[in-house]
Amino acid sequence: MIRFTIMRLLQAIPVLFTVITVTFFLIRQAPGGPFDAEKPVIPAVKRALEAKYNLDQPIFQQYLSYFGDLFKGDMGPSFKYPGWQVEDLIMSGLPITAELAFYALLVALVIGVLAGCVAALKPNSPQDYIPMSLAMIGICFPTFLLGPLLVLIFGFGLNLVPVSGWGDLPGDKILPSITLGAAYAAYVARLTRGGMLEVLNQDYIRTARAKGLPEWVVICKHALRGGLIPTVSFLGPAFAGLLAGSFVVETIFQIPGLGRFYVQAAFNRDYTMILGTTIFLSTLIVVFNLLSDLLATWLNPRLRQQYSGGGS
Amino acid sequence: MSILDVKNLTTRFHTRNGVVTAVDDVSFSVDKGEILGIVGESGSGKSVSCYSLLGLIPMPPGNIESGVALFEGRDLLAMSESELRAVRGDDIAMIFQDPMTSLNPFLTIGEQLIEPLIYHRGIKRAAAKARAIELMEETGIVNAQGRFNAYPHEFSGGMRQRVMIAMALINEPKLLIADEPTTALDVTIQKQILELIADLQKRRDLAVIFISHDLGVVRHLADRVVVMKEGKVVEQNVTESIFENPQDQYTQDLLDAIPSGEKVNEDLRGDEILIEVSGLTTEFLDRNTGKPFKAVDDVSFNIQHNEILGLVGESGSGKSTIGRSILQLVEPSSGSVLFRGEELLGQSAKQLKPIRRRMQMIFQDPYASLNPRMTVYDTLAEPLLYHNVATRGTIDAHVLELMDDVGLARSAVKKYPHEFSGGQRQRIAIGRAIATKPEFIVADEPVSALDVTIQKQILELIMNLVAKHNLTMLFVSHDLSVVRSLCDRVLVLQYGKIVEIGETESLWSSSKEDYTQKLMAAVHTL
Repeated sequence: MIRFTIMRLLQAIPVLFTVITVTFFLIRQAPGGPFDAEKPVIPAVKRALEAKYNLDQPIFQQYLSYFGDLFKGDMGPSFKYPGWQVEDLIMSGLPITAELAFYALLVALVIGVLAGCVAALKPNSPQDYIPMSLAMIGICFPTFLLGPLLVLIFGFGLNLVPVSGWGDLPGDKILPSITLGAAYAAYVARLTRGGMLEVLNQDYIRTARAKGLPEWVVICKHALRGGLIPTVSFLGPAFAGLLAGSFVVETIFQIPGLGRFYVQAAFNRDYTMILGTTIFLSTLIVVFNLLSDLLATWLNPRLRQQYSGGGS
Repeated sequence: MSILDVKNLTTRFHTRNGVVTAVDDVSFSVDKGEILGIVGESGSGKSVSCYSLLGLIPMPPGNIESGVALFEGRDLLAMSESELRAVRGDDIAMIFQDPMTSLNPFLTIGEQLIEPLIYHRGIKRAAAKARAIELMEETGIVNAQGRFNAYPHEFSGGMRQRVMIAMALINEPKLLIADEPTTALDVTIQKQILELIADLQKRRDLAVIFISHDLGVVRHLADRVVVMKEGKVVEQNVTESIFENPQDQYTQDLLDAIPSGEKVNEDLRGDEILIEVSGLTTEFLDRNTGKPFKAVDDVSFNIQHNEILGLVGESGSGKSTIGRSILQLVEPSSGSVLFRGEELLGQSAKQLKPIRRRMQMIFQDPYASLNPRMTVYDTLAEPLLYHNVATRGTIDAHVLELMDDVGLARSAVKKYPHEFSGGQRQRIAIGRAIATKPEFIVADEPVSALDVTIQKQILELIMNLVAKHNLTMLFVSHDLSVVRSLCDRVLVLQYGKIVEIGETESLWSSSKEDYTQKLMAAVHTL
């Protein structure tokens, strides 16, 4: 298991290196720069600014010094938030976005696994079609539509929950979490249904039934463990995706999270901020993919022993 | 006094392609302490009739249309799901065909063993564990205490079936339904499991329904036999009468289809040596340990011109790997394979191409070895065109000739594999193998997946083709009766090494090797 983990982390190095390099050169190809505003800046001031942020050096020199700083944990100063380091900006928004993503993932898992199981128990019946159609709608329905719609119904219409904010009023975390988790709930439902259908056709489920076990034991104890493996493998990419995709939800509900940095940085040509967020996200994707693979491996006794027997 | 009395059971499946009557007006009964054998070919409804009794068929599409099944006076078919659940695994227990897939790979053996005790009897885990270990010992699982927390994949096939049996017996059922419990096992293991079932049955005075396609096994074990065909019972009687004096033509056909005794086809062997294998070793990486192991270990033998050489051994003995190594379908680690004096090892794919035309293979499973998206015509035409045996102009005639050769209707040439039965598919696979007019064929368990009556037809086809096309054949099989009826010489393999090689009949009458004798003793002949 340890060897497997180390191998995977080593594999991540060329991935991250490629991501950084491509991003670094690509953003500089985009027209405009960090100091091109609507009101033209005096050339002397612009030159001074560029010198301050090392933008007057040859691009390859900038690339090398960026890497040098990165190894020291320094992602550079933000161009648009003077006085802030990129890593500090990311860290300021991260706890809120992480909490939002976590709740959204919970929503996705609870709704998705339940719906998937219900559908798999009676395939090709209304019990299957209804949750799966809802799941399809959930995947197609854009967040920027679902969010306001939920606000309209549950916030203004029924007056059940606050319509915006984060942590200020009781219950203000409910709507954002549901809005962000809905699409993922739909994916989880489809994965769970597929996994469960496959497992429920296995011979060992027939054995469990032949032993006269109650149906809930057959489902929860014998089927779910194998049936959830595809879902578990999806958790990593899902969590990374939730962290990265929170921008729309954060905007709708006015949540001071991480999402706005990604988008604003791109609009502002805030080079260091773009690079910082990209590196941060890529690392998250690599790490969470690894975690979900480890979890999926651990769930399968055969693989678990194979890896622990094979060199950890 | 019968413990189970089934009358007029009819089960239908309402599928998209219409209604299938899987069980058609079936009646039988089992007495206390009796072993009832139910025999029949695949699709005869022998398993479905037993699954219907316990509500284990998927409903829908399945539906029990009519019938009464009195178990100790109570009608199983009229019970609610919860009443039936109380019977399943308690009064009536089941064991299944494939112990590899019938145990949950995610749960420990112990956990699965104690479940019936916990959910039916409400027994505490500690007491249940003690009882489970007792039964594991009784069913011959060594070091039961230590292996209680092991997972299924840590057990061999035979051991897993012992676990299944222990699990079935843990609540001391009155009736045990055994669905092909030894079909997936090697003959020597099969013998042990059968002895175990017979022994436990006697000790507990258990009623057993033993479902099997293997008439030899059923004759050996059962007191009475029900013969089924296409959902109907064609004959039932005490075992002696079924086998000595069958009343129904189908029973007679089944009995006739089983190869028994000596080689039936002509010995066509020439003096020349076609294949010379020496020091052949093929290694694979063991996925569990990551270390290489020798699937074939320093094996040397010759195959004469027009000979049928039988290759027998249990699973994992390396018999398929030898066949594939000769054909260069896997790469041997060392040794030499001479085909008409020409070395095959170390040749490039391009150099091998003309030789591939002359060496072909027939695979075990005709369901998996044919490309489902290719018509019979495409399947047969591909090797002909690839090896330039036929041209675009002559291909039609060649393909139709092949269809005649393997006994398929010419009109079926545009059909896809799924439109054929298993036997017909194997005919297609054989047609593909002989298309390029090869000299040498490796037949890897070509009849193992087929029912006995079909098996007989395919064996006859193989014998005819061998004679007609001057074929030399390596016939890989775990079925010793088939090998005896077909092969000139036999090679016995164990752990990748040759135990013995010799003339078929002299091996049968006077083998000196323990392992060969053990293999032969394990076969239940009629």
